[in-house]
Amino acid sequence: MVIKGETIAVGASEDVVKVRRQVRAWAVQEGLTLTDQTKIVTAASELARNTLIHGGGGTVHLEVVSENGRRGIRLTCEDQGPGIPDIALAMRDGYTTGVGLGLGLSGSKRLCHEFEVQSKVNEGTRVIATRWK
Amino acid sequence: MAASNKLPLILERDGPHLLKGWMMELAATNRGRQVNPEVLTEQARELLNALQPAVQQGNLEDIKGPTWARVREILTEISRTQTKQGLSPTEVATLVFSVKRPLFQALEKETGKDPEALAKEIWNATLLLDRLGLFTTEVALKTREEVISRQQTEMLELSTPVVKLWEGILALPLIGTLDSERTQVVMESLLEEIVRSGSNIAIIDITGVPTVDTLVAQHLLKTVAAARLMGAECIISGIRPQIASTIVHLGVNLGDVVTKATLADAFAVALRRADLAVVKSAAARNEQG
Amino acid sequence: MDRIPILKMGPFLLVTVQVDMHDELAMALQEDLTEKIVSSHARAVLIDISALDVVDSFIGRMLGTIASTSRILDAETVVVGMRPAVAITLVELGLSLPGVRTALNVEKGMDLLRASVNGSERAR
Repeated sequence: MVIKGETIAVGASEDVVKVRRQVRAWAVQEGLTLTDQTKIVTAASELARNTLIHGGGGTVHLEVVSENGRRGIRLTCEDQGPGIPDIALAMRDGYTTGVGLGLGLSGSKRLCHEFEVQSKVNEGTRVIATRWK
Repeated sequence: MAASNKLPLILERDGPHLLKGWMMELAATNRGRQVNPEVLTEQARELLNALQPAVQQGNLEDIKGPTWARVREILTEISRTQTKQGLSPTEVATLVFSVKRPLFQALEKETGKDPEALAKEIWNATLLLDRLGLFTTEVALKTREEVISRQQTEMLELSTPVVKLWEGILALPLIGTLDSERTQVVMESLLEEIVRSGSNIAIIDITGVPTVDTLVAQHLLKTVAAARLMGAECIISGIRPQIASTIVHLGVNLGDVVTKATLADAFAVALRRADLAVVKSAAARNEQG
Repeated sequence: MDRIPILKMGPFLLVTVQVDMHDELAMALQEDLTEKIVSSHARAVLIDISALDVVDSFIGRMLGTIASTSRILDAETVVVGMRPAVAITLVELGLSLPGVRTALNVEKGMDLLRASVNGSERAR
């Protein structure tokens, strides 16, 4: 069940900051611990940036959700960009090289409880990430 | 199940009357126990208001569906507030069931001299209220679990104090079995204390920990890594032979984390790192010399 | 676009990041620092991130880049004041920031830098 939702357009780097702020505000409201707040805000930052840089811009839809009596924050980051040809490979991308070509999906995934990537080449990408309280 | 004919009508027309009867019923059953009457009356009123449109739509069977969302929301709120006030799950469900008597009385008036119609209406209403009552029980149980879980976390934080061994040197003596959640809580408080006290060396002593599994080992390593990012070094001490072989067996890579068998050894390392030394006092030295 | 101010204190450059930086601001800081290290012959850079409640991979890599670039320009970098929640999250993300020296706070950071600057001075 969706308790509340909001969509933020991501077209410039300031929008990534906007996403961070909104996620932080809702995470605080929902009473997540400081560490959990930081994790979901950081994941939101990573994913929103991906949408901007790799996806050519798009939207981040933010939700407070409730399922089976527990509440959480859900992000749906969507773009109509080039898409990801090999999702499995992208999920193995790491930061260890520090070169920064990776989408950082594996890292963001570790910060969330639920993580789903949907993508079609030349059509776009959608990442749905959830962190429960 | 046939849709209720009279229920939506009664809810719409007799709302205030039902509410009064309901509250009187509750007052009788609760025998004066304080359940914050103003809040409860308000919540009950909201529930009746929300029930009307939901019942109107006709589907009294599936209360998990979208038409019942608002009703579920209010029931959840009632259940949570009352559980936090100390009511048991049964008492919370009784709050809902107590509306039966005034409701059935209203149904009886409405169906007049038609016993068959009355029986049908009462059956429908009872099924619905039972489902609603059980829903509140589910929520009450879950809320209780949350409260217990939070209390456990608070106890954890109290039971693993971080101690200051010397200026800039902290020790965290871990005792008992470590599970994933406890380890996380404990590690977070260690890192907070490192910042608060400005200590750049922390000794994590696991002498009192009987076994270490992969998950716990990983949490320890993550904590050491996080401390390093903050500008502090961790030393792990108290590694007994069995734990040492478990760690090797599990293939956990300790990297360059300093590990010592005893807290004393770790303290010695910490002192050296802090450019400190323990020396015999002048008096003692004179006696010897 | 406002840029993050860089203070010069003797041979040290001091940067206090107090805003949630968007990517362009972070890149500007990187450029400004590099330029100032050269123009002021700085021997050390201290970056205070104690006000940041989020450090994601972009900022993390920027800190790493600043450290590497400074080293090439013969200056040491220390990042101070990382918050526990941020540190835990960076570890989870998989960033270890190799080559970036860290300290708990500005005071300890300065001690570290002074020691290393003096040490390398004697070595010259």
